[in-house]
Amino acid sequence: MDEIFGIPAPLLFGQLLLGLINGAFYALLSLGLAVIFGMLNVINFTHGAQFMLGAFVAWALLSFLGLGYWWALLLAPLIVGAFGVLLERTMISRLYKLDHLYGLLLTFGVGLIVEGLVRNEFGSSGLPYRIPAELQGSWDLGFMFMPIYRGWVVVVAIVACLATWLVIEKTKIGSYLRAATENPALVQAFGINVPLMMTLTYGAGVALAAFAGVLAAPIYSVNPQMGANLIIIVFAVVVIGGMGSILGSVVTGFGLGIIEGLTKVFWPEASATVIFVVMAIVLLTRPAGLFGRA
Amino acid sequence: MTETTRRTLLGAAATAPVWGALPYRSARAQAANTIRIGVLNDQSGLYRDISGPGSTHAVRLAVQESGITQRGINVEVVQADHQNRPDVGSTVARQWLDRDGVDVIVDVPTSSVALAVNTVVRERNKVFLNSGAATSDLTGAQCSPNTVHWTYDTYMLANGTGGAMVRAGGDTWFFITADYAFGHALERDTSEFVRRAGGRVLGSVRTPFPGTTDFSSFLVQAQASRAKVIGLANAGGDTINSIKQAAEFGLTRRGVKLAGLLVFVTDVHSLGLQTAQGLVVTESFYWDLNDRTRAFTQRLGQTPGGLRPSMVQAGCYSAVLHYLKAVGDMGVAAAKASGAEAVNRMKAMPANDDAFGQGTIRPDGRKVHPAYLFEVKAPNESRGAWDYYKLIATIPADQAFRPAAEGGCAIGRS
Repeated sequence: MDEIFGIPAPLLFGQLLLGLINGAFYALLSLGLAVIFGMLNVINFTHGAQFMLGAFVAWALLSFLGLGYWWALLLAPLIVGAFGVLLERTMISRLYKLDHLYGLLLTFGVGLIVEGLVRNEFGSSGLPYRIPAELQGSWDLGFMFMPIYRGWVVVVAIVACLATWLVIEKTKIGSYLRAATENPALVQAFGINVPLMMTLTYGAGVALAAFAGVLAAPIYSVNPQMGANLIIIVFAVVVIGGMGSILGSVVTGFGLGIIEGLTKVFWPEASATVIFVVMAIVLLTRPAGLFGRA
Repeated sequence: MTETTRRTLLGAAATAPVWGALPYRSARAQAANTIRIGVLNDQSGLYRDISGPGSTHAVRLAVQESGITQRGINVEVVQADHQNRPDVGSTVARQWLDRDGVDVIVDVPTSSVALAVNTVVRERNKVFLNSGAATSDLTGAQCSPNTVHWTYDTYMLANGTGGAMVRAGGDTWFFITADYAFGHALERDTSEFVRRAGGRVLGSVRTPFPGTTDFSSFLVQAQASRAKVIGLANAGGDTINSIKQAAEFGLTRRGVKLAGLLVFVTDVHSLGLQTAQGLVVTESFYWDLNDRTRAFTQRLGQTPGGLRPSMVQAGCYSAVLHYLKAVGDMGVAAAKASGAEAVNRMKAMPANDDAFGQGTIRPDGRKVHPAYLFEVKAPNESRGAWDYYKLIATIPADQAFRPAAEGGCAIGRS
């Protein structure tokens, strides 16, 4: 059997693929963060809790209304996105003129409160959620068995990333948004409702987090701390990619997923740390991140 | 500093004890007749459901049923969150014992925290009744005259689940181990069993704790080793994620057996029977085991979160009930004066309660009672809410735990 660095080649390919799949989650989550930061200048620390809410709403839709995975994929982002809109209107919008730090502290606090409330209601050990019948089973790729569901996650994540990028870079609404980030007063003078646009952008970023939450529900334990575990890594991804850079967060998300996947083979104990080592190195050499503008 | 200010300060310092003593006296008289119990566990993280507020709830039931307050002895119960961090746990323990007059610390899941608290309690000669932690080192290399390890330990789990898997033909193993004291101890104890039974350990992988959510990479490595059994030396959310993802990757369909070495009934509840069915688990308490456990569960009533009690919470009840019996027997003053003496009294008395039945405490601090091997039911076998286990074997008390001579504890040996 062929070996690469003492590891059988098939095993290594498998790990690369798994890294890519985890990278899909990182990309999807950091995308929402990058959109919110890029357009609103808010460091959204509630993102982990909103990811978790997406998964819990999926569970609630199934348990209380009998609505399955496909409905959840549509409805959970809308419901959690609406919560985001409410949050933006009542609280976050008051902080736009202040330093980033205020928005960070507010969203961090709201995240903790949401997590605590869910924990109080549903406990900490999590709730069951199954893979939809249509996506069960696995493909034999020769070097590993690839669950169909994971393939689906990668495809959906890539489509979502691409769609978001297209909307922001190639459509009229995207150009309004980018203009409003540069000079809100001028854009408002042209008769465009900038505050409404900000609110909807935040709502969309939150909906992306909830969407990732629904995707995660069948494979990760649906528990209140599921977002907190991921969010720190995702923040590192955003920082490495360059705060606010959409392309940066997507590329870095997938790239770091792969680096983490390889670390799990060569030095598993360090797999939770490797991303932060990369972050430290990037910050020392390129403080604005790989794709950021200094 | 000038001479005057220094003198003023010294004078104030000299009189301070007098000022302090006056309002203190009546409080101290009352404190002398009060036993303070500190429940220290995970109130906000992944072990909250197995311990958390449910443990405090169980301790309160024990206080009530001990009848000790009717004899004029006050009991106060306080609780705190150790966040699964040894530094937080030992700081709270120190504060409780040094400043707040706590006499006994109960529960403390998470082995690394338990080992830290074990040292703090021993230095201050108080009492440590551990229910939540798994490491068998608490009654082995790090045993203490002030500690009783009540509910279960890594040896019991290895002996139960590990032994059953080896007997069923699973003679080659690969471990997925949480990278901290608990995971290491569980892997060590289970490997020992596998080797003793003639099996082989083909490898292991250490996963960062906390902070690992995706186990697929480790599961694929385990599968590549061609081991017949994948031993999950982890707990709580880690175990749930591992089992969920092993099902997703179809490991079990391809003949690989999963050994969930520490699975609690709340974990099964979270996984759902569809995913958890067929798992073999070892527990020392199950709410639906017999009439006595059912009676206990009924008296305990609704626990926070509406869950059925875990063996850890039942252990907190049982340990405190026995401790308070010892206190009633030897008197509050003596029990407060020396934690080691209180523990000695507990060791001298046989234990008997509805949750664990009859049992004893060995000189090394190990509480011994039977352990039970359960298989998780299939969805169509389950007759109602929380009907999850069927009993497949009972391991008698004298075989359930590591023989005292093998643990390396010097207490009780002359």
